[in-house]
Formats: sequence, structure tokens, C-alpha cells
Amino acid sequence: MTELTVQTREKLNIVAVGHVDHGKSTLIGRLLYDTNSLSDGAIEKVRHISEQNGKPFEYAYLLDAFEEEQKQGITIDTTNINFSTDKRDYIIIDAPGHKEFLKNMISGASSAEAALLMIDAQEGIQEQSRRHGYILSLLGIKKVFVIVNKMDLVNYSESVYNEIKENFDKFLSNLNIYPIEYIPVSAFNGENIIAKSEKLDWYRGVNIIEALDLIQKEPEPEDKPLRFAIQDVYKFDNRRIIAGRIEAGILKVGDEVTISPSGKRTKVKTIENWPTPYDKNLISAGMSVGITVEDEFFNKRGEVISHSQDKPQTSNLFNANIFWMGNKPMVKNKTYKLKLTTQEVQCEVFSINAVIDSSNLNASGSYNEVKKNEVAEITIKTREKICFDEFADFRGTGRFVIVDEFNVSGGGIVLKTDESLKNRVLDPKNTNFKPRPRLVSRNQKEARLQQQARVIWLTGLTGSGKNEIAIKLEKKLFELEKTVCYLDSANLRFGISSELEFSESGAYEQTRRIAEIANQFINNGIITIVTSISRYKKAREVAREIIGSDDYLEFHIEAAENVLKARSSKAMYELEGNSDSEMYYEKSEYPVYSLYIDDPEFNHDEKVDLIIDQIKNIL
Amino acid sequence: MNHLEELEAQSIYILREAYKHFGKLGMLWSVGKDSTVMLWLAQKAFFGQCPFPLIHVDTSYKIPEMIEFRDKLIKEQNLNLIVHQNKQALEEGMNPEKGRLVCCEHLKTRPLQSVVKVFEFEGLILGVRRDEEGSRSKERVFSERDSDSNWDYTDQPPELWDQFKTDFKKGNHIRIHPLLQWREVDIWKYIQWENIPVVSLYFSKNGKRYRSLGCYPCTFPVESNVTDIQGIIEELENTRQTERSGRAQDQEDAYAMQKLRSKGYM
Repeated sequence: MTELTVQTREKLNIVAVGHVDHGKSTLIGRLLYDTNSLSDGAIEKVRHISEQNGKPFEYAYLLDAFEEEQKQGITIDTTNINFSTDKRDYIIIDAPGHKEFLKNMISGASSAEAALLMIDAQEGIQEQSRRHGYILSLLGIKKVFVIVNKMDLVNYSESVYNEIKENFDKFLSNLNIYPIEYIPVSAFNGENIIAKSEKLDWYRGVNIIEALDLIQKEPEPEDKPLRFAIQDVYKFDNRRIIAGRIEAGILKVGDEVTISPSGKRTKVKTIENWPTPYDKNLISAGMSVGITVEDEFFNKRGEVISHSQDKPQTSNLFNANIFWMGNKPMVKNKTYKLKLTTQEVQCEVFSINAVIDSSNLNASGSYNEVKKNEVAEITIKTREKICFDEFADFRGTGRFVIVDEFNVSGGGIVLKTDESLKNRVLDPKNTNFKPRPRLVSRNQKEARLQQQARVIWLTGLTGSGKNEIAIKLEKKLFELEKTVCYLDSANLRFGISSELEFSESGAYEQTRRIAEIANQFINNGIITIVTSISRYKKAREVAREIIGSDDYLEFHIEAAENVLKARSSKAMYELEGNSDSEMYYEKSEYPVYSLYIDDPEFNHDEKVDLIIDQIKNIL
Repeated sequence: MNHLEELEAQSIYILREAYKHFGKLGMLWSVGKDSTVMLWLAQKAFFGQCPFPLIHVDTSYKIPEMIEFRDKLIKEQNLNLIVHQNKQALEEGMNPEKGRLVCCEHLKTRPLQSVVKVFEFEGLILGVRRDEEGSRSKERVFSERDSDSNWDYTDQPPELWDQFKTDFKKGNHIRIHPLLQWREVDIWKYIQWENIPVVSLYFSKNGKRYRSLGCYPCTFPVESNVTDIQGIIEELENTRQTERSGRAQDQEDAYAMQKLRSKGYM
């Protein structure tokens, strides 16, 4: 865009929610009327429709545009209404209060930043009051005003107001919602809407308009780590443009970035724009952009661009809170489609950990399915790995929807998941248990230990000197006051792998086991040295996948044939086949560190120093 | 980001989602201010290209300046335009005197239904806005129509967090509404900001200007002496008239738009 010459005003989206007939539409109608936001003839039109339908005057007809809604006097679907105060413009979203239209309430509320939760003073807290409160907490809407409406029907009683406030506070605090204020009003009579009401002289707080103007608009999450979800890649001309939206953070020309889940790295070359070239060198959260990068490798929709030092999690298993809107219940052993940012993958419910009646927070007895309008904590397993963040830290990359057949049927937010269950997760024989949350994270442990955990995987043929290097490396790290674990593959053969054959398939399984063990250690913050012949490329690729390419540092100890032969009599044997194939080794296709040994009497300390030099950034 | 930048970013995101998901995609262009802004946003989303055809449903009753503007822009920018007309109905003498809603159905709804069938469109991009009228305010961004273009507005699927409806039965199509969140005044502020050319009918001639454009028998100008965009913005910020008050078909029945739109009207 060109320089700002146009006066723009701040705009805030607010949703009105609550139980049916507690006065959402009436409040909005009243706000429109009192702020002079109605067009000529609108009130006459409402009066006319009221008469036509044989009903008393209803502000709600301003919003309930459908014939079915007006005839039946209900809100079916959500409506957006514009009005303004001196401070800014508002879009107020009227959400239906019937349980059967919860999906429409969620559609409306999901785009709001703040909420007015209506409670009828006479009827008190009802089923949808609580359910809508729960939905707001799942949608991450924390700026909530509770509007105690129809105060005229309880003679503007302070004690009625206090009782509602006390009871509802108890409920909402369980959901981590702490309303900014409980506002007593009579929407129909216009009391405490735009001015202080004399009938509510005991009330010291704000009126509705003051309350709205008090809400601080949430800035775009520019201060968070970068998350740029690739939407598409265009090649309309000689440029290869990666298009998408910045979900969080800031990206500059020249920044080094990582593309997850592949882990490829490149630099940002240009920021593209039309019709004029882009005149800044920076793009930020909320913007729909296009960039070009220096290395033109294959990119596709769904990948996430981040800075190399702060990447999203990558896994095929995570815990989530979901709300279910589908007519058919959500069940295990069924394939659904999961959409998270621009990623689309097939998924299954791995386990249902809790099902909650969202209107009273009671846990349901059976965890076999999640029915319409229920809320549940589940573990989801996706067919391919996806990138995500915990919702508490990142909105855009921490929430998803689930599609059943043709329709979006569930929405969910990502919860903290045990970090050792990332990267690659296999199916256990019994799915009646769940991955458990932890209270101390890997990051916290690493901070305490003043190190970053990695697996230092020493691979190479028998006699190359892996073990001698490893024990010296362990000692060196210990002297540097690092917390370190050494897993010697050969020792596993005496215990955990004693039943495995010394064959190719045995070698694959041995490599997998040692990788899984190493993965547990690093996720507890411990630097882990592994020595393993692991001569098969595919076996190491599995190890790298289990551990995660960022945490897996492969050092190939490569010795000349004469060195191997000279040393093999000294080396501790770990036979995996007949001696003819002992010289067989498949090199990796990704870059690894290589240590070349050309002297049977090589200096171990020198090699250790080379390794230390490569890993000094984690120490 | 200011409010216009937010709207722009959102619309571009929607257009790119549509382009990614629908192989057979078209954009309805009425030559009016909204769909002209939408065309501009498409060019912005695709870095100067409009990678799908524009569709103009020509009732033959359009105000001549609109057709002039249409043909000029298409030629200048080398855009791909499909003009579709219900020739049979016109030969049989269809006109607003047979009833405005009847005329709308034959000259707008039906040719729109047929263009979807003939070109087998899976996605149709339209420039409707929530603040125009009641039934549009209840729309989804990605809104499904069945094989006869009917809209089941009483049971719309959920739509949240910009995860749009992209799975649907074969033969049905999706209406995509990138401007749904824009208000009339946003459109004009954006036109001013981006300096987008619009048809001259929006500016005052002989004390009158058009606020909303359509067919000449059913579209009436409003009293105004405004001759520039800044004037239009100021006028809108002070008026209490609705945008479509000069559109006669809306006034035919309290539920006119709902009735037209449930059958596939734009």
C-alpha cells in the first residue's frame, strides 16, 4: 500500500453470547438505537414486521433477518452489525443462544476479541450461560463482560445481582475466565446502556458503552517467534513466489530461515508486492505476503517457515482440547481430516482422555466417543508429521479444525505434550492409555543443567575407534561440568537386546532401540553419546527421525582399510554378520560430520577436541 | 496494521485459499465498486495476475457507462471475461414490468446458475458484503450451493479460524466471499488509498449520483453534489440512508433478498 493518506479508525470485534432469550439481540438493537447507528426507516420496518407477525415490538428483528427467525422469534445464525462510538468502530456479532445452533455461535464467536455474556437476572445462570462460557475459554477469548440483563424484572435488586456474580465467578474461575466486570442493565428499557442508570444507583461500575471502550485491542503477535505458514507457491513469471500469511513474528530480507518439517534452511531474498515494489524490508504478523528465497528447492503448502533457532514442534501425536459440533459423534478408529493453518492431514483419535459436559463441567462416564456439543481432552495421531505450537503460546499455529466427511465438525486447541513423544510415534498394542502431561519441561531442565541436550551419534565400522573417542568425549564433557550419558551399543547386547540376532534385521532393531533410549535421555535434558556401527543408511535415517533431525548429530568415524585391519584385533567385537561384510558401510545422504582416522595409533584427544568444537554452541 | 490493511490481508488470504482449492474457479464482476475492488485484490494476491476468468451476468439493462467501463478495463489489462446472458428470456420479452423479482430471477439468477453448469465451476467468487442487507450478513466466507445453486441458509456448517469449507459433494459449488467483512465506507477508503479506477456513475452529475449500481430500470441515483472520493467518504459517514435504498428489487418484499438469494442470486 502507499503511504497512509486515508483516515482509518480502530475496529474491534465483539460477540454477544448467552442463553436463549436472555436478551442478546435486544441489547444489540438497543445499542444501535442509542448510538444513532440505525438507518432511516429501520425502526419503522421493525414495527411493521412486529405487527405483521402479530408480536410486540422487538429490537431483535433488526438482526434476525431471516423470515424463519422472525416468525419463530429465534436467532438461527450469527449476524454482524456495525456501530461506532467516539473512540472507535465496532463489529458486534450476535450469536444464537439455542443449544442446537451452537455451531453457529462458535462460528460467530471465533472471530471476536471480546465477549458480552448475557444472563437474565430473573432466570439466572442457565445451561447455555455456562456452555458459552466454556466455549469462550476454548476459543481463547479472555476479555469478557458479564451482562446481568432484565434488571427491571427483579426491581433492580442489588442482592440478585450479587448472587449471580458470586455463583458465576465460581464457575468461570474454573475455566480461567475472570470477567472484567458484571454490568447490571435493562436492555429493553435502555438502563445502564449508554448512561448511568438512576435505578441502579448502588452500582458503581461502567455502563455498556464505557465497558466496550475500555477493552484494549490485542496487537498482532509481532513479538513472538516467526511462524509463516506456506499457503501456495506461484510461478506466474520468472519469480518463484512463496505466498502465505505471517501468523506470528517478523521476517526480514536476508533472514536465515528453516522450513519445517523438512528442516531445510535458506535465506530470504526478496519481499514481493504489486503494483509497486515493496518499500520496506520487513513483514510482520497478520500480513498476507509473498517472498522469494535463495535456494529454490521444492516447497509446498503446509510447510512452516520459522527462524532457525525457534522452530515449531513437529510430531504425529499431540494432546488437544476439542469441542465437537458434528451430528455424528467423534469416535476412535475412524479417519478424519485435520486442518491446522494450511496443513491438511488425515488423523485418528488415538485416545479419549476425558469427556466433559460443557454446561456443568462434569466428566462423562464413558470415554468411547465425543458427542455433539461435548468438550473433550483427546490425543490425536496424524498420518504424517505436522508442525504446531501449544495454543497457550501461539494462536495461529496452536488451533485446528477436524473435518468429518464434508463438514468442519470439531475445533481444537493444542495442549502441552510430553516432549519425548515427538517426531515419530508408533502404535501401542493397547490404545486405552494416553501420553501423559509433564510438569517440568525439557527446556527447564536444560536451563538448570546449563546445556542443550543432543544425541552425539558416533557411527563407523568395527575398529574405527568409536568407543575410544566416546569414552574420552564423555570424560571431557564431565570435566566441563556437563550432564552426560553414554550408550554403548555393544553393552545393550548383554541386556535389552540380548534376544536379537547378529543379522541385518537385528542390526536395524538394535539401532531403533538405541535411538528410542537416547530420545528419552535428551528429552530429560541430558547430552547423550551413542556408539553404534549402524552401517545401514536406512537404519540411521530411522534413528534420526526418532530423535529429530535438530537433536541428532551424526559423526562418521571413517578409518582407512589398513587402519581397520590393524586395529580390529584390539577392538571389542560386535559381530553383525560374516566377516566378508564387515567392511560394508552406506554413507548418509544428508550432511554429517566426518572424522577421518589414518593412523592406527591416532590421538584420541585431538578427535575429541574436533567434536567439542562442532558442539560448542550447546555447551 | 490499520483497519484497511487487516481487511486487505484477510481478503488476499481468502482469494489464495480459493485459488488453491478449486480447479474451476471464476469471479463475478458486476463492474460496480465492490467487485472492482475485489479484482484489484486478486491482482494483489497473485502479483499482477488474475488467474481465473471474470464473469459478467449481462441483463442487457445495465447502465451504458458500466458496459463502456467494463470493455475498456478488460482491453487495457488483457483480462479474461465471460459475458453471460439469458438470451431466450430476453427474446421472450423479459423486463421489470413483469415483476421486478421475476425479472431478477430470469435475467440474473438463472444465467448465473447456467454459467456455473456450463463452465462446471466448483468455486465462484462474489463481492457481497455483510453490511449490505440481512441475508448477506448471515453468510459464510465459503458458502455451499447445491447443484441447482440453492442455499440452505438454515443449516450452515461451522466456519472458524479461517478454516473454510473446501470439501463438498460433486456437482455442488462453493460461493467465496472475500469482501464479506468490508463495509461500504471501507470500500471507498480503500479505493482512495490504492487509487483504484471506478466507473464515473458514482460521482455527481446534475445533482445526482449512484450509490449502488444495477440495471437502469430498477436502480435510482441519490441526491448528491459529491464529485470526488473524499466527498463520498464524508457523505457516507453522515448519511442515514441505506446503501441499497436505490435498488427497487430489495423493496418488493420484506424477505426479497433472502428469497432471491436462497435460489442462487448473488
